[in-house]
Amino acid sequence: MTDFLSALASFFSYPFVQKALLVGSLISLSAALLGTTLVLKRYSMIGDGLSHVGFGALAIATSFHIADVAVGFALPVVVIAAFFLLRLSENSKIHGDAAIALISTTSLAIGYMVMHKNGTNVDVGNYMFGNVFTITDSDAVFSVVLAIAVMLLFLLFYHKIFSVTFDESFSKAIGVSPALYNGMIAVLTAVVVVLGMRMMGTLLISALIIFPSLTSMRFCKSFFSVVTVSAGISLLAFLLGILLAHFLDFPAGSTIVVINALFYLAGMIFSKIRSRL
Amino acid sequence: MALITCEALSLGYEGGTVVSDLSFTVEKGDYLCIIGENGSGKSTLIRALLGLKEVSRGKIRYGDGFSRQGIGYLPQQTLVQRDFPATVTEIVCTGFLNRKRFSFFYSEKEKKEAADIMDKLSVSSYKEKSYKALSGGQQQRVLLARALCAAKDLLLLDEPTVGLDPLMSATLYRVIQQLNREGLTIIMVTHDMEAALRYASHILHLHKDTSFFGTKEEYDHCQVCAQFLDEGETPHD
Repeated sequence: MTDFLSALASFFSYPFVQKALLVGSLISLSAALLGTTLVLKRYSMIGDGLSHVGFGALAIATSFHIADVAVGFALPVVVIAAFFLLRLSENSKIHGDAAIALISTTSLAIGYMVMHKNGTNVDVGNYMFGNVFTITDSDAVFSVVLAIAVMLLFLLFYHKIFSVTFDESFSKAIGVSPALYNGMIAVLTAVVVVLGMRMMGTLLISALIIFPSLTSMRFCKSFFSVVTVSAGISLLAFLLGILLAHFLDFPAGSTIVVINALFYLAGMIFSKIRSRL
Repeated sequence: MALITCEALSLGYEGGTVVSDLSFTVEKGDYLCIIGENGSGKSTLIRALLGLKEVSRGKIRYGDGFSRQGIGYLPQQTLVQRDFPATVTEIVCTGFLNRKRFSFFYSEKEKKEAADIMDKLSVSSYKEKSYKALSGGQQQRVLLARALCAAKDLLLLDEPTVGLDPLMSATLYRVIQQLNREGLTIIMVTHDMEAALRYASHILHLHKDTSFFGTKEEYDHCQVCAQFLDEGETPHD
């Protein structure tokens, strides 16, 4: 037991671990906050589509040796893609769905082509599955500032975001513009996706956005509790994931997703049992 | 000046006009029912009155101290809402978002007002319940309570009794009638001809190029309208 505690203490004493904990916690929280609205609006796949666009943008940035500003380059590209996907989803459900698949695969293909051609020896796996322990200092500062900004904006416009999520027609009729708040959600999602990509990778970041909300929806009655509980679940899954990953030598991103999946399973069983009682 | 004046109004979507050359006025305290077949443009007209839809031709003028901040709206329910995790109170309070606000929390005054409205509509007994756990009639009342939090002058309702049993519908109509007696102007789209003729003060019957607008008494004595009613009885949907 004392061995374990001292191992834990030494783990937390590493600066790169502290950095990973700070950045990861903030990104997990902001992803969970946005997740509730995205899931309820049936926009879950937008996060996934955006992460692939992000991969393409990051790959291009790295190949042209502007890796230092890679995130800064990817962010505007993904924000533009977010607006585009939102527009498509609003116009027609089926077309929006197909368009996401189209844009994801194209971005992925272009990204990999550029990487391959320029022969950079960047590990593709790192882009696909991320690594929370290798975040650079400048990325960390960038992530902390933006994640806090996402959370503040969400809290500031919480009621309006809720109203627009629940009923666009009513909101618009009383002067709360769905276009404005949907646009805001799209931009914030783009930011979270870009920040989360370093940590979770292209393939796993959307899990961080949708899983905690889906879990809390299994047993929460109010919107407020869904949002707060999913933030809690997300944080817990991140902390457990990063510890397990370290001590059992698993990849961190994948471990966080698997723990989120287990939480979801537990939530499902809990709500099934409760409905039987 | 009337609360709402529509002059030679035309509404349509790409590739077709739904409503053409329509003129009518709504005075303070009126209870206007908009009736007509499916596709005659009832909901489109409501959306235009709310500013949710652009007018193709003609004009909608608002007067008599009317402000956009005094509108309440009861839209048709959407699929997303059926399994939405939110409590009744959370939903009702969004009606207050039409006012300028900078605080994260609703004020005591607003909470009191919401509680009064929920009492009036007999929603209070399930105000902490989740919306998705309610029956169709209860959900409709919750949305009406939300509309009332926003409505100071005018309440627009888009087929409020769709999917409700006759008993629930009758209760809802009584509530709306009571609100009208207390001075609220009502504009309601409905399929329910009987209810329209019983509760409304004015009728707007949308029918291709020969729409009717007038008081209920005029409608009762209108020959063309009798013809509409006959047509309306043949199944069309």
